[in-house]
Amino acid sequence: MTLPRFDLSRPMIGAVVAILAVMIVLPVGWLVVYAFSDKAGNPTLANFVTLFTDPSFEDPLITTLIIAFSTSAICCVVAAPLGWLVARTDMPLARTFRVLVMASLVTPPFVGAIAWEMLAAPNSGLLNQIWRTVTGAPADEALFDIYTLTGLIFTIVCYTFPYVFILVANALDRMPGELEDASSMLGAGTWATARRITIPLALPTLLAGALIAFLQALNIFGSPAILAIPAGFHTLTTKIWSLFEFPPKPELAAATALPLLVLTVALLRAQSLVLGRRSYAVLGGKYGAPRLIRLGSLRIPAALLAMALLSLPLFLPYAALFNTAFSPISSEFVTPATFTLRNVFFTFGQLSSTMPALVNTLELATLSATVCGLLALLVSYIVARRAVRGWPVLNFLATAPLAIPGIVLGVGLFLAYTRPPLTLYGTIWILLIAFVTIELPAAYQQFRSAFHAVHPELEEAGRMLGATRVRTLWNITGPLLRASIVATWCFVFVGVIRELSAAVILFTSETKVVAVLIFDLKESGDVGAIAVLSLTIVVITAFVLALANRLGSGRDAVRLRTLA
Amino acid sequence: MTMKITRRRALATTAATTLATTGPFFTSAHAAPPAEKITPELIAAAKKEGKVTWYTSIDLVLGEKVGKAFEAKFPGVSMKLERSGAERNFQRIGQEYASKIYNCDVVNSSDAAHLIVWKRQKILAAYVPEDVARDFPDGEKDPDGMFASWRVTLCPMGYNTKLVKAEDAPKSYADLLDPKWVGKLVKAHPGYSGTIMTSTQQCSRDLGWPFFEKLSKQKVMQVQSATEPPKKVILGERQVMVDGGEYVVLEAKSRGEPIEVIYPTEGTPLITGPSAIMAGAPNPNAARLFYAWSMTAEAQQLNIDVAGLRSAHPKAVDKPGVRKFADIKLMKEEASVVADKADEIKAQYVKYFKV
Repeated sequence: MTLPRFDLSRPMIGAVVAILAVMIVLPVGWLVVYAFSDKAGNPTLANFVTLFTDPSFEDPLITTLIIAFSTSAICCVVAAPLGWLVARTDMPLARTFRVLVMASLVTPPFVGAIAWEMLAAPNSGLLNQIWRTVTGAPADEALFDIYTLTGLIFTIVCYTFPYVFILVANALDRMPGELEDASSMLGAGTWATARRITIPLALPTLLAGALIAFLQALNIFGSPAILAIPAGFHTLTTKIWSLFEFPPKPELAAATALPLLVLTVALLRAQSLVLGRRSYAVLGGKYGAPRLIRLGSLRIPAALLAMALLSLPLFLPYAALFNTAFSPISSEFVTPATFTLRNVFFTFGQLSSTMPALVNTLELATLSATVCGLLALLVSYIVARRAVRGWPVLNFLATAPLAIPGIVLGVGLFLAYTRPPLTLYGTIWILLIAFVTIELPAAYQQFRSAFHAVHPELEEAGRMLGATRVRTLWNITGPLLRASIVATWCFVFVGVIRELSAAVILFTSETKVVAVLIFDLKESGDVGAIAVLSLTIVVITAFVLALANRLGSGRDAVRLRTLA
Repeated sequence: MTMKITRRRALATTAATTLATTGPFFTSAHAAPPAEKITPELIAAAKKEGKVTWYTSIDLVLGEKVGKAFEAKFPGVSMKLERSGAERNFQRIGQEYASKIYNCDVVNSSDAAHLIVWKRQKILAAYVPEDVARDFPDGEKDPDGMFASWRVTLCPMGYNTKLVKAEDAPKSYADLLDPKWVGKLVKAHPGYSGTIMTSTQQCSRDLGWPFFEKLSKQKVMQVQSATEPPKKVILGERQVMVDGGEYVVLEAKSRGEPIEVIYPTEGTPLITGPSAIMAGAPNPNAARLFYAWSMTAEAQQLNIDVAGLRSAHPKAVDKPGVRKFADIKLMKEEASVVADKADEIKAQYVKYFKV
């Protein structure tokens, strides 16, 4: 008889539960308290009466729902075929395509919105200028008007569909070829196999993608702040933001956020009802590489189509940003004669906020990615393997932040951490908490689908051979998930750099991040500096991602081709 | 959000002590502290602190130029500029102070009402630089020595000279309601910009709210900062700006950008932007040094020459070619009314413009 080895998993699980509870219950608790309070702190339902009777709240609610549904639908329609083309066909440039989609994900959506303003503002937009030159249309006619609901949905889709694409492509990568081979051997044609095998296997991922797209569009703040306000309408997030103008009305903001929370919880519930009963473990001990479908004469058109789609989130906006960065005036095409480094000089030579903001941003992105990755890994493990009895609570807590618009979370955190015992406002720690909380659901979803794909039999083998839970996780599950871990780290890193909505509430002059700096610059119309800063951030991020990917890719069974 | 003192309440508590106003500020019997010179001791103490944080709503490029000029004048003291809309800065300072975070050394706002509120909240430090005591007119400084007009500008209209011929340009606010300007106007927001908050109070008083109601039907592009409409006009995104900082237009025009000022026939809103030192300034000596320097004839002249601003300092010389105040019909600035009615003004504005 040997002494039973100490299993680290109990205290660890306890700690995770405690951390999550504090992280999420505290700000949400304050939000609920505020939503049901009046200015003096007495309980009331008046905020909800205002919310559902005042047209200045109903209109943004309807607008937001239109945006979220359209975005979700369009993202799936675009991303699913693209993911399939890239993962399962012999389309040329598939690898390049994945890298470029990743690159488009690096672009903060509000930077994309600003770039699309440069391209498609009705009068000064570069595309409209080209169109007028080509067609000879009069000066006040425009082909595109980005300051519309359609324009807003378009820009949100541009920077949301990569999420869905990556999820779908990764799922298709992981799908064992044997199932499809079996189908073919039994006589099914290419399309029958796709319909009966591939699509059903990819469906949970697509649904998860649709949900992520929906929630992203629901909670997005930067793009509507940039495009909807000039057009004269609000979404819920910009409405909430406007409630913090002086005199702030946090009670009303909290009340506005609660229906969002309820809606999202209902959606997540519906998703688990749809998917919950089936098992989607597709990665067992044995595994065959997926087969590539030959496109034949469609190879080139497919690649062209893919690249044309990529020009929307990537090539065109970056062309506009480069043009603005090196042009004296952003509505004119830069020529060798007008090329100027004035904006670069201003951003790095004169703008006193540039360097502190860059340092804060990179520090926070690295810290958040590491902390959030660890936390999400632990939570998803506990949930996937049902390691404690209360796992549904953990599942809920880790997904809940999805339902909280960043800006509202910002407020909740502000309310929670401006008072003892933890007075964190004014430090970068409050931003760290905000970013980890905001990114947790995405990281958690990533790991959850990864765990879904790793069959417990591998861990069970380890446990039967006497290893503790932690040891199994470290020696077996971890290496199997290595690619997912790297991908998640990168997701969070990029997510933090893109994050604006909570930061816009929580920053102080000493803890300003680049996103907030860009937002400030936008409000005063300094697009030259915005272009330079955006390009800088993208270059730094690309570098970090390349490095992380180099460290992450090994001889794993599951290679993350997206980042290759 | 945790700022319990509203402007209205802040004013109500001490309204009894205030008298009628001549300029933007209250005048009554007070004792300001004695005037202070920029002494070598002050400079040395400021250098020891090494930096000064300045919250302002002035145009960013111009603000950084002022900062660089200060750094050049006093090497060893670095300037950290925090630029945002005056209304946002106001909210931020409230938020930071409620959490006992004292980042701000010197504050400058394009909404003079803010200074009145801060003074009531007792979060400003009294300090009277020599130039302010000696040269500034009474209407341009606080009798208790808490603040003084660092910048003076107007909130005129303007148009793109490439897209609109001078004879076709609107001459008055009433002209903007012509159907030919539908979809061609750009305007900043009183919930963000102090300049626009101040001008909205003056215009709603002199033209009436129905003017704004009709204006909102002209498909006006809504931006935030008063520094942005001139930029949208220069880009050619819109042909005419309904409002915006005069100094931004003048500065751009001096660089050859295609923009021209319109002083509307009904009158042009006057915008005074006072500065003050915060009582909780983390770098009190650097704050005094920057504040004192910023009020000197030399710094005020820089505002005029580099930034297209105007000055309350009698020794600063107007830019040649810029129309003098005497030749412009000005609207009367009423900071105390703005302080009292800001929330009402915003609510009314949102009613018409939806955002």
